[in-house]
Amino acid sequence: MGALGSTVSLRGIGKSFNGVRVLEGIDLDLFPGEVHALVGGNGAGKTTLMKILEGVYAPDEGGVFFDGERVALGSASQARARGMAMIFQEFSLVPTLTVAQNIFLTREARGRFGLLDDRACERRAEALFRELGVDIDPRRPVGSLSAGEKQLTEVAKALSQNARALIMDEPTASLTKSETEALFTIVAQLKERGIAIVYISHRMEEIFAVSDRVTVLRDGRVVASGEAGSLSMEEMIELIVGRRMEHSFQWQPRSVERSGVPLLEISGAVAGERVKGVSLKVHRGEVIGLVGLMGSGRSELLQAIFGVRPLTAGAIRIGGVPVKIRRPSDAIRAGIALIPEDRRVQGLVMGHSLRDNFLLPLLDRFTRYGFIDDRLGRRKAQEAVRTMDIRTDSLAKIVRLLSGGNQQKVVIAKWLAAGPDILLMDEPTAGVDIGAKTEIIAVIRKLSRDEGKAILLVSSELPELLAVSDRVALLRGGRIEREVDRSAIESEAMLHRLIQGN
Amino acid sequence: MSKPSVTGTGEARHRDAERFEWRQYVVYGGFVLVFLVFSAALFQSGFLTANNLLNIVRQTSTITVVAVAMTFVIASGEIDLSVGALAGLASVTTAMAIAQFGVLAGIAAGLLTGLVVGLANGILVTRAGIPSFLVTLGMMGITTGVAMWITGTAPVPIERESFNNVFGSGNLGPIPSLFLWTLLSLAVGHVALRKIPYGRKILATGGNPIAASFTGVDTARTKLLALAICGVVAALGGMLYAGRLHSGRFQWGQGDELSVIAAVILGGTSLSGGVGSVVGAVVGSLLIGLINNGLLLMGLEYSQQLIVRGAIIILAVALARRNASA
Repeated sequence: MGALGSTVSLRGIGKSFNGVRVLEGIDLDLFPGEVHALVGGNGAGKTTLMKILEGVYAPDEGGVFFDGERVALGSASQARARGMAMIFQEFSLVPTLTVAQNIFLTREARGRFGLLDDRACERRAEALFRELGVDIDPRRPVGSLSAGEKQLTEVAKALSQNARALIMDEPTASLTKSETEALFTIVAQLKERGIAIVYISHRMEEIFAVSDRVTVLRDGRVVASGEAGSLSMEEMIELIVGRRMEHSFQWQPRSVERSGVPLLEISGAVAGERVKGVSLKVHRGEVIGLVGLMGSGRSELLQAIFGVRPLTAGAIRIGGVPVKIRRPSDAIRAGIALIPEDRRVQGLVMGHSLRDNFLLPLLDRFTRYGFIDDRLGRRKAQEAVRTMDIRTDSLAKIVRLLSGGNQQKVVIAKWLAAGPDILLMDEPTAGVDIGAKTEIIAVIRKLSRDEGKAILLVSSELPELLAVSDRVALLRGGRIEREVDRSAIESEAMLHRLIQGN
Repeated sequence: MSKPSVTGTGEARHRDAERFEWRQYVVYGGFVLVFLVFSAALFQSGFLTANNLLNIVRQTSTITVVAVAMTFVIASGEIDLSVGALAGLASVTTAMAIAQFGVLAGIAAGLLTGLVVGLANGILVTRAGIPSFLVTLGMMGITTGVAMWITGTAPVPIERESFNNVFGSGNLGPIPSLFLWTLLSLAVGHVALRKIPYGRKILATGGNPIAASFTGVDTARTKLLALAICGVVAALGGMLYAGRLHSGRFQWGQGDELSVIAAVILGGTSLSGGVGSVVGAVVGSLLIGLINNGLLLMGLEYSQQLIVRGAIIILAVALARRNASA
């Protein structure tokens, strides 16, 4: 039986896959009107645990209790019937259907002769949004919504199914700051309605902002569980990582020689709708943190330099020599590499092996008489796995099966092997666990310090950005508005204010 | 709050252990199975005679050769429905040019026909952004139409022994030339897909075009080249028909696109791109030839052959299909 008064309780849950134990002795209680944060590194077992709650997996041992009554969840539809709902990381909405059609998909209101009644669905969707206090037109196609609006549509969908327990898996990953705040208001409302919420996030500030209770998972076990206020952020990170953080997020002051010719110089760059005249210099061994609000053109600038969306005006000089970059292959030849924002879409061929992904930018170089030199490729891949500490059991491993952090390391490794002088890094630590984050930060430091690479870094994780940047450049309205030396930024709060523009 | 009492058990391991991708090998098992069954059941009918087996290779050679090129197109995430019709057109242009200017001109005319149509396919797909399914469906009609028009639907005879020997009915010692064409396409195709950068670029383009282009692969050029080569090879297929049947005619190759695509998919190439196998495609093609031959020897009527062959192909493709649920 579960805890008294809980909506859902898990007791002694254990689960193995192919003889590998991934969950062991997990207890978890979800109370009505409470936000329960679930934290842990990648591979800690969060996803598996949630899949058990959703009825996708059956636990090998232990029990699931709804309202104190033991249930055997055999399928996702059974779990739904019990009031479990999930808000997906990648939205589970059909972009071509309207908001109302999505919310009531397969549960549409029926009119005469059993035909679908779109009007009735739209009225009900409108009512749902009114209750939530948000303004979304139910007749709009979902494809035209912003990420935040899609998220709210998902919430409305869950509510329309009379959800009593809601799983939110990284709900803010693609939201702007204001959208995130709007979502938190909704979360507060859901609490008032007595809905139990599981909140999964890598962002510590969010967890402290929204959750009442926290459970930390590591290697498939609960290592700590209790009220959110009883833990400091440092303590929580320590629990997640399982070892002490070695001041990895602390800035280490140093000086960069800026007297010579800059390694990368961009002047008056214009590209697409968001890059409207950017001028910027990056010197050898220097890390520039590129900051700005959502939509300020940070990713677009990096992609323009890399030739994904080539410049329509302006110039790029490398070591003082003007270069024409019309496509990524030009950029690669010029010694530039881009670690893109979305590794799953832009960075990796997910269905291919680690080795094939690693070799893709190097194919034309690793040949002998026109044939791919497989032995050289294998050796280089092995080297990269070792130096980047990529955790995999073989080079033939399909990258989809690697954890997020290890996937990201593959992306970084394939570009480092190409030997670039200039690295453009777009959110290199997004969606990776804190251990991998620390390692990636160490790599950035090593590249700039010991190997003299010039690095342009975009990151919404400000502590990380502050940990490695030598200078911070603020993008606003498609231009560099200010450049500030790192030593002049005293705190994360100050950087926040800078970005917000005051 | 309970402080950590349990320490981690080393790094978290992955739950999705690599599974043996048996689906990729279905075609080989299917081939062996069908072969054994026919060997036993049709021994009396002469299935196992060297003559019959060589005949199977000969009859499937056009499908096999084109299937090798189609593997590249499908693995890159595109499709080419015009290969059968194009084979017909190329057989006609070859035959006409031979009659006018001689054998070498005929060969050049055939290959040029394939190159022009293949390039047109490639440019329309990669530059104009029209889906290959539609482009090549339209091209199928155009090429058949042209072939019928310029010949008045009549066959064009080829009376040059040298051409007919090399491209069809001849032998090199004891080995039929069509068997050599099959071997050649298998070897070239396999090496190209597995051992040179272009093959990897094809697979990366089909696996994830965005990541491929972010990694410096020119995906448009990669696809254009695949469609152009497929056109040239389809034309070669048409010339093999012309050599075997001593004539060019718009009907040669008609409907072959379906057998070719079935052979490629049977061979483990993913219809959505990113995974491909030339060896698989060749074995898939031979499997289809084996089935055709066996059904014929069993004495089935053509109508019955069609039904059984269709059912076997659906079954095999269903088994070979990858990522059905993942």
